[in-house]
Amino acid sequence: MSEVLERVRKIVIDHLDADPDKVTEKASFIDDLEADSLDIVELVMAFEEEFDIEIPDDSAEHILTVGDAVAYIDGKLKS
Amino acid sequence: MADEWNFPKGDLMKGKKGLVMGVANDKSIAWGIASQLAAQGAEMAFSYLGESLLRRVEPLATSIGVKHLIECDVTSDDSMDAAFAKLKEIYGEIDFVIHSVAFANKNELQGSFVENTTREGFLLALNVSAFSFVDVSRRAAELMPNGGSLVTLTYLGAERVIPNYNTMGVAKAALEASTRYIARDLGPKGIRVNAISAGAMRTLSLAGISGGRGLHAKSGQFSLMKQETSMEGVAGAALWLASDLGFSTTGEVVHVDAGFHVVGLPEDIEG
Repeated sequence: MSEVLERVRKIVIDHLDADPDKVTEKASFIDDLEADSLDIVELVMAFEEEFDIEIPDDSAEHILTVGDAVAYIDGKLKS
Repeated sequence: MADEWNFPKGDLMKGKKGLVMGVANDKSIAWGIASQLAAQGAEMAFSYLGESLLRRVEPLATSIGVKHLIECDVTSDDSMDAAFAKLKEIYGEIDFVIHSVAFANKNELQGSFVENTTREGFLLALNVSAFSFVDVSRRAAELMPNGGSLVTLTYLGAERVIPNYNTMGVAKAALEASTRYIARDLGPKGIRVNAISAGAMRTLSLAGISGGRGLHAKSGQFSLMKQETSMEGVAGAALWLASDLGFSTTGEVVHVDAGFHVVGLPEDIEG
């Protein structure tokens, strides 16, 4: 498992108080992890702080699953 | 929780009771202020809007011994009537209100102010972000027979043009002007009314502004102190204004933004 995935999972599990088994790469924040729209904003802010990056709104809109977040952050860290 | 900040403890607010409006999560300015006031002995109730916020506010309230959570929709007279009736029932008289409430539609917090501002959106922003303070002040004053302090939160976008801040800048300008007129009317009753113009902080509200998080980074970089606005600084100013340390200060807009508001052109403009 990638280091980014682990850090993302930890944030998601802590923030949503989610069952760790459910927080897979495919898990949708809203459909599978019961996040609401405020949770999404808070998660994006938490990712920004954790990885010291900026995630613009139009990118944030496409981050729907744990895997989406990992892919976006991976891309940002490599660029 | 409040652990990430270092708030001085003491008795400056001992015996004082009040209402804090606008705690949404652990990044909220209202939450920082509430934590500081609690560390100085204040008793307070929080107002919140809707279940989704209640879920966030409840654990925070519990962690600093706040027992009373009052649902309050500032756009509804009935809701405001009920909220202040509840506040009166709890405390009888109060000494302070922290008003940290604002809203504008997301599509009015981006791009062209001229093109994107609608009548409904404009009025909604003014209603929630400016009129609510007038309404709160009138109701709070009835519970302040021995004087008190009202503090609202504003932003530099009221005075200067800030990218994407748009309708909210106009609403904050109305809020700041309202602060002065409220201060005039309530001054003879011993009620002080002030606004804190805080630098950009990483709150939910900032996330609602297009490019808001970039605004946060640049504000720190371009500030006189080359640093971001600290919650300790904002909460410290609120403590000063809400406590008796603030005697004789009213009608004021206090900037707590590491000096960003006096910058004409940043020195390191290439950076």
